Amino acid sequence: MRRIKILEEKFFVYISAFMAYSLIAVLAFIILVVFVKGFNALNLDMILKTPRGGYYYGGEGGVLNAIMGSVYIAFGATIIAIFIGMPAALYINVQLVRYRRTQNTIRYFLDALWGIPSIVYCAFGFALILFFGMNASLLAGIITVALLISPIMVRTFDEVLSTIPKGLHEASLAMGSTRTETAFRVMFKQGFSGFITAVLLSFGRGIGDAASVLFTAGYTDNVPVNLDEPAATLPLAIFFQLGSPIPEVRERAFASAVILTVIILALSLGARYLSKRYSRTNLK
Amino acid sequence: MFLPEPEIMSDKEVISMSVEKSVLPVLRVRNLNVYAGNHHILDDVNLDIPRNKITVLLGPSGCGKTTLLKCINKLTDLYKELKVTGNILIEHDDILNTTTNIPSIRQKMGLLSQRPYPLPVSIYKNVAYGLKLKGVRDKKLVEFSVEKHLREVGLWEEVKNRLHAPATSLSIGQQQRLCLARGLAVKPSIILADEPTSALDPISSKIIENLFKDLKRHYTIILVTHVLRQAMRLADHVIFMNDGKIIEQGQPEELFKNPKTEEMRAYLVDGN
Repeated sequence: MRRIKILEEKFFVYISAFMAYSLIAVLAFIILVVFVKGFNALNLDMILKTPRGGYYYGGEGGVLNAIMGSVYIAFGATIIAIFIGMPAALYINVQLVRYRRTQNTIRYFLDALWGIPSIVYCAFGFALILFFGMNASLLAGIITVALLISPIMVRTFDEVLSTIPKGLHEASLAMGSTRTETAFRVMFKQGFSGFITAVLLSFGRGIGDAASVLFTAGYTDNVPVNLDEPAATLPLAIFFQLGSPIPEVRERAFASAVILTVIILALSLGARYLSKRYSRTNLK
Repeated sequence: MFLPEPEIMSDKEVISMSVEKSVLPVLRVRNLNVYAGNHHILDDVNLDIPRNKITVLLGPSGCGKTTLLKCINKLTDLYKELKVTGNILIEHDDILNTTTNIPSIRQKMGLLSQRPYPLPVSIYKNVAYGLKLKGVRDKKLVEFSVEKHLREVGLWEEVKNRLHAPATSLSIGQQQRLCLARGLAVKPSIILADEPTSALDPISSKIIENLFKDLKRHYTIILVTHVLRQAMRLADHVIFMNDGKIIEQGQPEELFKNPKTEEMRAYLVDGN
């Protein structure tokens, strides 16, 4: 009996360890492949120049247009999503604290929104553009991506807020704070690391999503300077270059993928640092 | 000429007002009933809380003591399933059916819960938070009262060199005293304490008990406890509850020596 138990224990420990480490190995492998394939094409021109004539046939230039376009879109959309998501998540957890059923209904709908494929958001954004008589532009891209990432923002922040002990909530109210003060001065502070995670996840999704910007942001070889100009994005840059029959251009697709990955990794490290720093005072 | 005329009261009125202030119970609960669905949590509770005394609420777990405290500071609002009827009078204001805003009612009492919940900010800001809520902006005044209230709970000497450290870096006992200081900064007249020592070590518990003995000169304290010895040490007035009803209330000497009811006797023997 004892021997079987020991064997069973070992078996499951090894299985779980294998699963955990193999996931990390897969991640490392993906990054490695992208780096190796894109390494030759990776140079300063890639990040500092926009495509020149003949770029898509292997000519000179870089993907600065796509980098800037992606950063503008993801940044703008994240700002909008913060203004939608932060109050919404606080509302669910503070104002609606009495109404568990309403809370869960809202969460259900947000989860559904989270699950909608981004191409559907693109179609919606496209319909919106046509309705308002706009062109594919930076602004349209920002709005579409903001719609796409808002549910992610709300649910991620909400998930952290909902784990805050009820005692802290009650303690704040018992001191005579209004619900708004409780939300912004206590709950937001206590859930700050969750807020950072929410912002990061949303930004990552926004900068990496190709389908939602396909028809809404358009594509251009210039860095957009106005909200009503079309904007290129990194995912689409990768998509177009990867479809090229010319090997040099396909290599540049991988180089663009490296740039996108590095942006996301840098963000994630920065966010970790920030959330550690600001959750120092939190109730454990 | 636009100044309001000072109200002139006769000596008799002044005297009767001050007598009323010193003799009248701070808090009167009348016909308080609380239901959660079909469950009757508090059943026709009537009680008076005497001014500047420690009133101890005793009773087995689940008898409604915590619910009673939550009714008093209206935290029952957070639970939709609770239906509260009756009257709770502070001075002459019926807080269950009032137009006064709830935060200002809650500021009449400080709450000390079973485990401390310091706000996720520094030690200093925890105490200053209450003043901020009251609209005190003067930095000097805030500094002065933070020190005053930290001294009041005997924490000043221990934290004066690390006021800007996170409140969570304190020990649990210190955190509980910080929560008390934070509550006092709002200038309440009543302290609601819900088993405030149950998570603390014996020494910290002792400190809290001694604090209560000092604080009752200025505050009215309502203490829920499970520790009979603590009740005997601190109580000026005892209320024994069981199953949502008040079974006995009165002077501690009398109640502990000659309990009138079988329920109280049983509770005193096995403590639960």
